Amino acid sequence: MTNSAPAIELAGISKAFGTVQANKDISIRVMPGTIHGIIGENGAGKSTLMSILYGFYKADAGDIFIAGKKTLIPDSQSAIKAGIGMVFQHFKLVENFSVLENVVLGAEEGFSLGKSLAKARRELKALADEYGLTIEPDALIEDIGVGMQQRVEILKALYRRAEILILDEPTGVLTPAEADQLFRILDRLKAEGKTIILITHKLREIMDVTDTVSVMRRGEMTATVKTADTSPGELAELMVGRKVLLRVEKKSASVGNKILEIQDLHVKDEDGVHRLKGINLDIRAGEIVGIAGVAGNGQSELLEVLGGYKKATGNIRYKSQQIDLTGAVANAQSRRTLGIAHVPEDRQSEGLIMNFMAWENTAFGYHLDDAYQNGMLISNSAIRTDTQAKMGRFDVRPPDPRLDASSFSGGNQQKIVLAREIERNPDLLLIGQPTRGVDIGAIEFIHQQIVALRDEGKAILLVSVELEEILALSDRIAVMFDGQIIGERIAGETDENELGLMMAGINEDDA
Amino acid sequence: MSELPKWAEIVLVPLISLLLAALLSALIILAIGENPVEALQIMITGALGSTYGWGYTLYYATNFMFTGLAVAVAFHARLFNIGGEGQATLGGLGVALVCIHIPWPHWSLALLAAVGGAAFFGAAWAAIPAYLQAKRGSHIVITTIMFNFIAAAVLNYLLIGALKPKGSMEPATAKFPEPTHLPSFQDMFSTTETILFRGAPANVSFFVAVLACVAVWILIWHTRLGYEIRAFGQSETAAKYAGISPTKIIMITMMISGGLAGMMAVNNVMGEAERLILGSVEGAGFIGIAVALMGRSHPFGVFVAAILFGFLYQGGAELALWTGIPRELIVVIQALVILFTGALDNMVRMPLAKLFAALKRSPRAEA
Repeated sequence: MTNSAPAIELAGISKAFGTVQANKDISIRVMPGTIHGIIGENGAGKSTLMSILYGFYKADAGDIFIAGKKTLIPDSQSAIKAGIGMVFQHFKLVENFSVLENVVLGAEEGFSLGKSLAKARRELKALADEYGLTIEPDALIEDIGVGMQQRVEILKALYRRAEILILDEPTGVLTPAEADQLFRILDRLKAEGKTIILITHKLREIMDVTDTVSVMRRGEMTATVKTADTSPGELAELMVGRKVLLRVEKKSASVGNKILEIQDLHVKDEDGVHRLKGINLDIRAGEIVGIAGVAGNGQSELLEVLGGYKKATGNIRYKSQQIDLTGAVANAQSRRTLGIAHVPEDRQSEGLIMNFMAWENTAFGYHLDDAYQNGMLISNSAIRTDTQAKMGRFDVRPPDPRLDASSFSGGNQQKIVLAREIERNPDLLLIGQPTRGVDIGAIEFIHQQIVALRDEGKAILLVSVELEEILALSDRIAVMFDGQIIGERIAGETDENELGLMMAGINEDDA
Repeated sequence: MSELPKWAEIVLVPLISLLLAALLSALIILAIGENPVEALQIMITGALGSTYGWGYTLYYATNFMFTGLAVAVAFHARLFNIGGEGQATLGGLGVALVCIHIPWPHWSLALLAAVGGAAFFGAAWAAIPAYLQAKRGSHIVITTIMFNFIAAAVLNYLLIGALKPKGSMEPATAKFPEPTHLPSFQDMFSTTETILFRGAPANVSFFVAVLACVAVWILIWHTRLGYEIRAFGQSETAAKYAGISPTKIIMITMMISGGLAGMMAVNNVMGEAERLILGSVEGAGFIGIAVALMGRSHPFGVFVAAILFGFLYQGGAELALWTGIPRELIVVIQALVILFTGALDNMVRMPLAKLFAALKRSPRAEA
C-alpha cells in the first residue's frame, strides 16, 4: 500500500458498439492492495470496461497502465500475463472435471499431464493455506456448490499468478452466508497485497467491502469516492441520476378471501427425485406472500405447478375451485383464462422469446385471446397497438414495439413481461425473481407495481432469492427448504437473521 | 457482436455466397481446360434464353419450391426435416391413387384431389418420425433420413406388384387417364400463331407452388399456429410456459412439412410423367434443404432460391449437352452453390458484419 503507482490505471478509455457508446472517456486509478468497487446499473458499461481490461474487446481510444507501465492487452492471454485474473458472473468451469483439472486447464506445462497435476496440487495446497481457500482438489465441479465453484475460479486466477482480481457480480448466485464467506476471502486477499476490482449493482456489498468506489452511468464514470465518505443513498442517486426510494412504501394490507389454497402438494421430477414434499399454503386477496429460500429448494417447481406446466399430486383450490394438476399443457392456457398471471423466474428462457419483437412477446401466452384475433388470422396490428399502449404505461424504453426483446435492457425486458401479465388484471399474480438483473431505477418501479396490485385486492405469490426484497414487499413470508415450507412468519415480526437460519433448514420456533 | 441490417442479411449474404460459388466453379472449369465465360453463356441461354428453357427452369423450380417450403416450415419449429425425398415419393403414391382410381370429369377437380392426396400421403409419412420425436425423443434428422430409404423401398415394392398394370414389364403404374392431364405452359400460353414453351414440362402446378408460398407466409406470420410454431422453435421452455404443447407443434409442423413435400408430386408425377415411376423425385427433396437455407426459411426467399436452383438444373443439363464439360462437373457446381449458400454462410456474414460496423462508425469518427 506504500507503492504510489496505481495497480491499474485506465486513461481515457472509449468504446462504441455501432451507434451505442458503451464507454466514454473513462479514467480510473486503482491503488494496489485495495478493493475498488465499480457500481452502475445494467448497461452502464461496467462489463464492457472490464472486458477491455481483460482483452475481450479492443478499446477505440485510451491507454491501460499496469503498475505504472503502459500495457497493451489485445487478448486474455496478455491480460493473464499482465497479472490480471477474472472471475466471471457465469463460471467458466468444466462440470465433469475435478477442481484440480479445472485449475490446470489451459496452464498445463509440458507433455505429461500427470506432472502438471502433481505440481498444481502442491501449489493449490500452498495457495489454499495462504489465503484460507480450502477446497477438495479431487472433487468434481458438478458435485460442489456454487460458492465452492466460485472459489475454484478465484484459485484459477491465483494459480496464474494474478495480482489483480476482477470479480463480475460475484454474489448473484450466492446465499447470504456464502456471500459473507466470499467477502472474508476478499479481505484476506487484500491483506496479502492483492488488488481487487468488484463489479456489482448491489449497494450493500459496495458499502461493506470496498475501500473506494467508482460509479458508472450511461457509459461514463460519474464519480469516484472513498467508500467511507459516501452513503447508499448518494451512490444510488449517482447511479440513476435522480433520487431513488430505497425502501418500498406500502400501507398495511387489507386481507380478503382465500384465493389460493394449496394442500399437500408433491412433485417428482423425471429422475424420480422428490422436489416438493407436501406443500401447504394459503394466499388471500390483498396480500403478498413471499417465498424465501436458497435457489433450488423447490420454489421453481412450485411456480411451474401453479403456472400449469408441471405435473403434481395433491390439492390446489383457486377461488374454491379445484385445479387440474395433471400437467397437461393446456393447463398453462386455462390458468390464464382463470385469471392467474405468471411472471416467470427466468424471463430470458421462459417469460420472453428473445428473438421475437416486443409486440410478439406481448401476446405471448395470450395469443389465443379474442382481442388479438381477426377471423382466422392473428391480428398483428391489434397486438402492436396494444403493446404500444402497454409500453407507455410501464415506461418501457425505448417504447418501440418492433424491437427484438434481446435489444432491451434487463429492467425493460422485465417491464415488458410485467406489463403483459399485470395488465390482464389477474386475481392471482405469481411472480418469480421480479428484479433479478434489473437496475435500481426499474426495481423501484416494479416494486410499486406489485404493491399497487396488492392494494387493488389481488393475491400475490412472490418468489425471490433476495431476502431484502422478500422482507420489503411481503405481508407474510414462507421459507422453503428442501421441498418443504419450513415455517411461516409475519413480515413485520421477523428479520434477516431468523429467515437466514430458516433458509438453512433451522426453524427455532417449531423445533 | 454487431448485427447486419436486414436487407444485407436477406440479399447481400446469399448474393455474395453465390458469387463466390460461381467464382470457384469458374476456376474449376478453367482447370479442365474449358472457357467459363462461354459456359455461363450456355447456361443462361439454355435456361433463360427461350420460353423452352424457362419451361424447364420453372418446372424444376416448382419441385424445389414445394420441398424448400417443406424444409422451411420445419425450420421455424427448429425441426430439421431431411425426409423431403421420402415424403415426395409417398406424395407420388397419393397422386397416382387419386388419378388412376377415380374417374375425373375435369383436370381442375383432379388437381384439387391430387393436391389433397399428395399432401395426405406426404403428411402421413412425416407423421411417423414426428411421433417418434415428440413421444420417444428419437432424433428427427435420423428418422427422416431412414424414412427416405423406407419410402423408396415401399414404392419399389408397390410398383413391381400391386400398382403395375398386368402384363407390363416396367416398374411403373399405367398412364393416368386423359382427364387428369394437367395443362402445360405450352397449352396455357401458346396462341395459334406462336407456340411458347414447346414441349417443356412446366405446368399449372407452378401456380399451385406459388400459392403454397403465399399460404406458408400467411401461416407462419399471420396465424396462431404459425406464432406457436415460431415460439416453439425459438424456445421450448418458453413455449411450455405459454401453454404451447411441444407434442402438438412437432406433430402438426412435421405434417405440414411432409404435406408440402408430398405436394411436389403434383408437378413431377401428375404434371410431367403422367404416371408413377421409380425414383421420380430425383433428389429434389435434398435440394429443398439448400433452397430453404438460401431462402432464409422465408417463403419469398424460397421462391427466389427455387428459381435459382431451377436455373442451375436446366443450365447444367444444357452445359452437358453442348460442351465437353462432363455431367459430374455440373453436380460439382450445384454442390458448390449449396456449400457456399448453406454451410459456409458465416464465412460471408462475419466479415460483412465487421465491414458494416466499421462503416457505421467511420462517419461518426470523422464528424
